[in-house]
Amino acid sequence: MAVQKLPLAKAINESLRVALDTDPKVLIMGEDVGKLGGVFRVTDGLQKDFGEGRVIDTPLAESGIVGTAIGLALRGYRPVVEIQFDGFVFPAYDQIVTQLAKMHARALGKIKMPVVIRIPYGGGIGAVEHHSESPEALFAHVAGLKIVSPSTSADGYWMMQQAIQSDDPVIFFEPKRRYWDKGEVDTEAIPGPLHKARVTRTGTDLTLAAYGPMVKVCLEAAAAAAEEGKSVEVLDLRSMSPIDFDTIQTSVEKTRRLVVVHEAPVFYGAGAEIAARITERSFYHLEAPVLRVGGFHAPYPPARLEEEYLPGLDRVLDAVDRSLAY
Amino acid sequence: MTVESTAAARKPRRSSGTKRAGAKTASQPKASEPQLVQLLTPEGERVKNDEYDGYVADITPESLRGLYRDMVLTRRFDAEATSLQRQGELGLWASLLGQEAAQIGSGRALRDDDYVFPTYREHGVAWCRGVDPTNLLGMFRGVNHGGWDPKTNNFHLYTIVIGSQTLHAAGYAMGVAKDGADSAVIAYFGDGASSQGDVAESFTFSAVYNAPVVFFCQNNQWAISEPTEKQMRVPLYQRAQGFGFPGVRVDGNDVLACLAVTRAALERARTGQGPMLVEAFTYRMGAHTTSDDPTKYRADEEREAWEAKDPILRLRAYLERESAADEAFFAALEKESEALGRRVREAVRAMPDPDHMAIFDHVYADGHALVDEERAQFAAYEASFSDSGAGAVEEGK
Repeated sequence: MAVQKLPLAKAINESLRVALDTDPKVLIMGEDVGKLGGVFRVTDGLQKDFGEGRVIDTPLAESGIVGTAIGLALRGYRPVVEIQFDGFVFPAYDQIVTQLAKMHARALGKIKMPVVIRIPYGGGIGAVEHHSESPEALFAHVAGLKIVSPSTSADGYWMMQQAIQSDDPVIFFEPKRRYWDKGEVDTEAIPGPLHKARVTRTGTDLTLAAYGPMVKVCLEAAAAAAEEGKSVEVLDLRSMSPIDFDTIQTSVEKTRRLVVVHEAPVFYGAGAEIAARITERSFYHLEAPVLRVGGFHAPYPPARLEEEYLPGLDRVLDAVDRSLAY
Repeated sequence: MTVESTAAARKPRRSSGTKRAGAKTASQPKASEPQLVQLLTPEGERVKNDEYDGYVADITPESLRGLYRDMVLTRRFDAEATSLQRQGELGLWASLLGQEAAQIGSGRALRDDDYVFPTYREHGVAWCRGVDPTNLLGMFRGVNHGGWDPKTNNFHLYTIVIGSQTLHAAGYAMGVAKDGADSAVIAYFGDGASSQGDVAESFTFSAVYNAPVVFFCQNNQWAISEPTEKQMRVPLYQRAQGFGFPGVRVDGNDVLACLAVTRAALERARTGQGPMLVEAFTYRMGAHTTSDDPTKYRADEEREAWEAKDPILRLRAYLERESAADEAFFAALEKESEALGRRVREAVRAMPDPDHMAIFDHVYADGHALVDEERAQFAAYEASFSDSGAGAVEEGK
């Protein structure tokens, strides 16, 4: 069957399986990715089927994981590495920013770095500290990296295929609280470009732009707004580097209002970049300033406070109302 | 007068050399520290070594002259680069002065299919790999960040952040093992880098996966201004034991010993016995870089003591002792050395600045919309300075 209904985690798992099966140079590396199948089971069963040489349990050293992946890529491999949780990526930050991102440019294009770094990210699962963060802006700021985040099972499947095929390093942010959400995956479909945004719901009064875990919240907000007679368009950005500004611009020049939504802190976040660029591109089309909804400039709070911290339906609708009131 | 001609004019003086070598300085091996592997004394006498002699049994007078030539030309190139920095042709230079034996000895132990991960000071290893010396100068002149094709000579780009490349070496070696090849990988780093977490992680990864990698540490006693006491409490090579592979300290100013020990370590790697740490005990006779001022932190006496152990003088003494080279050889080498200096000078001065638009080249392999947009905007901006439009870009060069 080409079309299956799969949870996001399973869709990514299937995608990794296909990649391992079709390209002997693809490797899976990370902490607990082997027998355990990863703490979220995204790599479940892969070591059993492809062996310890292809699905590699690594020492617990994130810089080492990324640094050795760079070496393996230099040798002709295509490593797909897992960082167990968002808050654990920082020991590898130097290798990612200083080495991985710049290697192709330093060699004047003579070497390529086809490395995928999978990072389960974001909150909403009641986790302890360092397990709920959204650090995508810290990576999007770095030239040489590509940053994507799927919001659906189909995207989880296809975007992973495309990320592995990319000759550039791709950081693949997986919205961990959506791992168990099911969606249809057509494994025979022809996917669109990896870095193209998608209009997920059409509307005429206001555009909500989001990615990863917040797409679902925005769709719910749009449905709620519709009951009040407001027509809200929802964009799933899918890629944070590059950002598909053309699709946002087209939508905004139709609706004349834009609210950007993400879990990551608003300050210096993707919303700031989008607001600045859309203001430049579509200044005379805007009826209201671009608004942002996201995390606060505070450490991610303890789990009992995350419902208040995370932008939910009401915070999004509040911003929709404020924009429409201009 | 070139550095080499200075060196050639001086003869090693056995008595004073011995005296100097024995002088107490902060960086001498302490009495409690084990001996280092040495095949040539500072006076150029061959020392018998049951464990390592076999690894240099094939060395002929001709190959000795080859090692000598490598060291002399490397030093000449290095001195030329330092001069070019002083003349404003290079922004910076990191001299290898004093480390020629460690680099040539280890570099000549390698096979073509082996892969090298250097720091930013491995000019001698680059020479052994056949990398054109002028290629090394681009990044120090500021026209690129390296830019040579690492695959051509299996010599990776210089890595400036210390220690990072040891992980790349471990990963590359993991790949070699996966491929079932009998190539080996060598990772260069220094005493300062040994404190980096990445170096420790590279030891762990290579030990766990039994990766065919040789960790070659040039302990040159100084990490800019910090002596080894600020990096370690036990001799560096002993660290390997804690990770589960052997470590050895070799006289880093003895090219023959460096060759032998590296060959032994590479053989281990090739035959599936995993990684090994080689600590080449040497000395940075010059400054850390042309921006550094060693007079602020170390005594002249220490440098003088190490000068008595100069790697080039040592091999010359041995060559003469063995009548393995005549005056004609040294004279021809002097000429070759001058020619190399001239070639490097001319090549650097002829090195063009990159095109302005090169800023946007090779940021991504598969392209990136933002880079395309900014490239177009910048081109239009530059063109706006001229009535003739695009001609401004040309004039800007």
